[in-house]
Amino acid sequence: MVLFVIFCPIVAAILILIGASARKTALATSVLTFVMALLLLASFQKGQRDFQHVTSFSISPEWHLSFTTGLDGLSLAMVLLAAIVTVAAVWFAGRIDKYENAFYACLLLISGGAIGAFASIDLFFFYAFHELALIPTFLLIGIWGSGNRVAAAWKITIYLAIGSFILLLGLILLYQSVPVTSRSFDIRALQAAATGGQISADSQRHIYLLLLTGFGILISLFPFHTWAPEAYAAAPAPAAMLHAGVLKKFGLYGLLRLAIPLLPEGARHWTDLLVVLLLGNIIYVGLVTIAQKRLDWMLGYSSVMHMGYIFLGIASASILGVTGAVVLMFAHGLSIALLFAIAGELRKRADTLTFDELGGLGKVMPFAGLAFGLGAFAAIGLPGFANFAGEIMIFFGAFRNGWDMERFHIFQVATVLGLWGVVISTVYMLRAYRRTFMGALGERLRGRKELADLRPALRLPVTLLVGALLYYGFFPQSFVRMVAPAFRTYLTANKQP
Amino acid sequence: MILPWLILLAPLASAIVITLFTLRWKALSSFISVAAVLISFICSCLIFTQSGISARQFTWIDFGGVFKVPFGFLLDNLSKTMLVVVSGVGSLIHIYSLGYMRDDEGKSRYFAALSLFMFAMLGIVLANNFVMLFIFWELVGFTSYVLIGHWFDRDAAASAAKKAFITTRIGDFGFMLGILMVWMATGSVVFSDIAPRLSTLTGHPAFLTIAALLIFCGAVGKSAQFPLHVWLPDAMEGPTPISALIHAATMVAAGVYMLVRVAFIIQASPTALLVIAWIGTITAVLAALIATQQNDIKRILAYSTLSQLGYMVMAVGLASNEAAMFHLFTHAFFKALLFLAAGSVIFMIHHEQNIWKMGGLSRKLPITFVTFVVGALALIGCPPFSGFFSKDAILALAYERNMPIFVMGLFTAFLTAFYVVRLLVIVFFGKPRSEIASESRESPFVMTGPLIVLALLATIGGFAFFARNFLALPIEKEVAIFVPALAIIVLILGSGLAIALYRNRARDPLDVELLRRKFYFDEFYGWLIDWTQELLAHICAFFDRWIIDAGAVGGTSGGTWGIGALLRLVQVGNLQAYAFLFGLGIVALIYFAVFR
Repeated sequence: MVLFVIFCPIVAAILILIGASARKTALATSVLTFVMALLLLASFQKGQRDFQHVTSFSISPEWHLSFTTGLDGLSLAMVLLAAIVTVAAVWFAGRIDKYENAFYACLLLISGGAIGAFASIDLFFFYAFHELALIPTFLLIGIWGSGNRVAAAWKITIYLAIGSFILLLGLILLYQSVPVTSRSFDIRALQAAATGGQISADSQRHIYLLLLTGFGILISLFPFHTWAPEAYAAAPAPAAMLHAGVLKKFGLYGLLRLAIPLLPEGARHWTDLLVVLLLGNIIYVGLVTIAQKRLDWMLGYSSVMHMGYIFLGIASASILGVTGAVVLMFAHGLSIALLFAIAGELRKRADTLTFDELGGLGKVMPFAGLAFGLGAFAAIGLPGFANFAGEIMIFFGAFRNGWDMERFHIFQVATVLGLWGVVISTVYMLRAYRRTFMGALGERLRGRKELADLRPALRLPVTLLVGALLYYGFFPQSFVRMVAPAFRTYLTANKQP
Repeated sequence: MILPWLILLAPLASAIVITLFTLRWKALSSFISVAAVLISFICSCLIFTQSGISARQFTWIDFGGVFKVPFGFLLDNLSKTMLVVVSGVGSLIHIYSLGYMRDDEGKSRYFAALSLFMFAMLGIVLANNFVMLFIFWELVGFTSYVLIGHWFDRDAAASAAKKAFITTRIGDFGFMLGILMVWMATGSVVFSDIAPRLSTLTGHPAFLTIAALLIFCGAVGKSAQFPLHVWLPDAMEGPTPISALIHAATMVAAGVYMLVRVAFIIQASPTALLVIAWIGTITAVLAALIATQQNDIKRILAYSTLSQLGYMVMAVGLASNEAAMFHLFTHAFFKALLFLAAGSVIFMIHHEQNIWKMGGLSRKLPITFVTFVVGALALIGCPPFSGFFSKDAILALAYERNMPIFVMGLFTAFLTAFYVVRLLVIVFFGKPRSEIASESRESPFVMTGPLIVLALLATIGGFAFFARNFLALPIEKEVAIFVPALAIIVLILGSGLAIALYRNRARDPLDVELLRRKFYFDEFYGWLIDWTQELLAHICAFFDRWIIDAGAVGGTSGGTWGIGALLRLVQVGNLQAYAFLFGLGIVALIYFAVFR
């Protein structure tokens, strides 16, 4: 079943390239993948920490390289996210003017690649699937993008390629850090080796730094973030949805999958550095977001900023914070996808996303206004949406780290600043909403014929995204029960120094 | 028991059904919403008469004891009374809205948001732990945002909505931090678990004071206390029933309710109490001063709300939950009444809010007039109306515990009498000052009905025989006879001065720019934001654009470009080729790394 979920989009992409009807095939495939992901969720045994639905094909026994897939709570959450966002992205894509087949094939390849990376238990395929998903992202921006698309495509290509390269170095060192006898590409075997203390503290530190830099570039960790807003502004909406919503989570997933279980000493060593960088994401990038003058750039920066909260959860190294980070990864993926989707629709209609030229769109596009409003409030952590549940777990988890009653330490300070970041994100999001949807209709928009509300059919993907956000916002415990066991071995609930 | 759940879920169901299905059928939407709030009200009354009710709770988040947030209800006398008040006033305002919003384009959206508000507000009342309280706390803020911005195509309404949400979120920043600190010290967020473990907090007095004051920050935002009071007057851009329900009777009082709920923590710190009492006092005086020079009927009432909330917070700071809740109770009735009566005026003279364009309305709108006067008398604390008793209780308390605060409280009472009588004289007496004012007539019964009910409650709400059923009343001390006498004297002085100054005037004889401009708070905050947040934001944006992106990233890539010129041979200039080369490189790398 896991194999089906991975290869369904990839096979469909190939079929579309051969000549199958692009939109219909893509839609059917994405819905099918989504249903399969739901089935996986339904048949998943919560509370168990081992991988489930494991299948394995040996590729090279002497290297211990095999194509092994399977799911634990963490990867299931990510697969579910990918499946939901794919449906929405394909649905929102609509008619494409040039090379329609190639466009849809690219979308499905991103989706298949991301799902493959999340479901791989083998280090090699974990990496390879991500690379598979990156290439179509570059193409989507370069060919179907808007604005300064070629420059943006080049920038993200080179930047992320460097990130992947550093990551690869780290992975190779990781592979070699284990004594020859127990070397393996299988993540479970590596975990067993790490638990047995076979990775020396020294090499943990080096490898963690490489992984943090490599993954950090992919996640747009401050100060490696400047590719993100530019690329998202230039990307066609479905590509931005899939990249910001799903593919960018690969880096975070990698840190959770590899760094926490395999390199606890490395993580501890670099904690202070990570906290400083993530505060760069929250406060510095938050302030940069306030100063943005265009909706798409604002959304791009806000997405970078919210990575800071996820990093805070990961850095807290408590099961509370780490689970919160996963909840927020999931929730952020859905909400940013919704926001980019609506922004894309606005661009099609208004032909501008500069705040000064927008305004009053809520009157002419009430449904778009509602959908964007829900996404915006989800993004700034309104209770009821899963984002809030994630943030609150992160804050509680981080605040607890290294606590004493007498004075605040680094994590308490970081939590305070992170809470202030919530105010910052409220400021930029509500400003953007005010200037886009409220007030009088922008001057350039008056009398524009193209301004019409979203097609009624688009209510479905919006409902899907918002529904998932609300479901886990109201019942976060079901998410916790799915994800938390994956970390229970490595993190105690209550980490005190 | 299912009743508490029914109270909470009926409005939520209404909001969901309206949003998903009945947006197009406005009349149906409004009836669904009214039916939902009536169900809540009936259930609240049923619960009020019973004792020993408990409801099933479920787990919202649970990390095996470390962090556990139940979703459960706290049903004590305090919350039961609040339930009845909130759902009762809410029901009246829902009914009134049927008339007031009759022809509004966004009527369905209005009623959906109103239902969602009832859900959130009742959730605050019922919450048995900090996190759940915070959840509903944020949700009322959200519905308040939606409803202030109901007419979102007006710039003033759109900006006011944004301002309200951001300002209250600044307060919530402190609130959440306070919750975190209490949780760390006691290991729980549930009120009933914190109480027995309070000793860990009292062992660290400084810590306790900071935590208590941070929690108080939440109330400062939500109850619009100085220095975060600036959003409430602007919130009057919303429809008037909203001003009555959310921005007078219930949501802004939620801050006071929350303080009473966690009083067991706050009262452990004398310093925190003193700060709270003074913040309340400053708000009361400041708002009353500003109110004397405003010309918009709703803004005058908004400043009076601020001032009365100041009294309540003052009472909390003087460590008397009873007095605070008593004033909250009477204020809910008379302030809702005043707003609805003002709404009736505004509705009938075609949304004119400037009091200098009104005048002589007492004969045109008799029911509105009589009910407004009842509300006004209760507000200025004229015996035997409800406000007299509750304000007297607070003043007596201040007299006993803190003399400077008592003097300020008395001064506020004087100002209150002055600006309320000024309002009455200008709006209802004299000659009509505009054409619309002379042609107006009384509102429909669906609007005057709630007015009459609220007027009754505002009249009898303060008598012990009535209020005793709902609240534990503050105990009257013997010295207190001196206090009401003084209060009545300042009341007569204030009213007399206002009548003397404003009888038969066509324009304001006083002109105090400082007060008219509200002590320049908005200007000051605007300046502050420009010079801190905006400046920083632009510096960061500049830095990001030119130093990090163009400088560091661009420099690196430019340098690489130079070296790359040497490698022209592989520069084929096509994306797929690079991707291919990239993949080839990886394979080579793995090959060398693994086989060395």
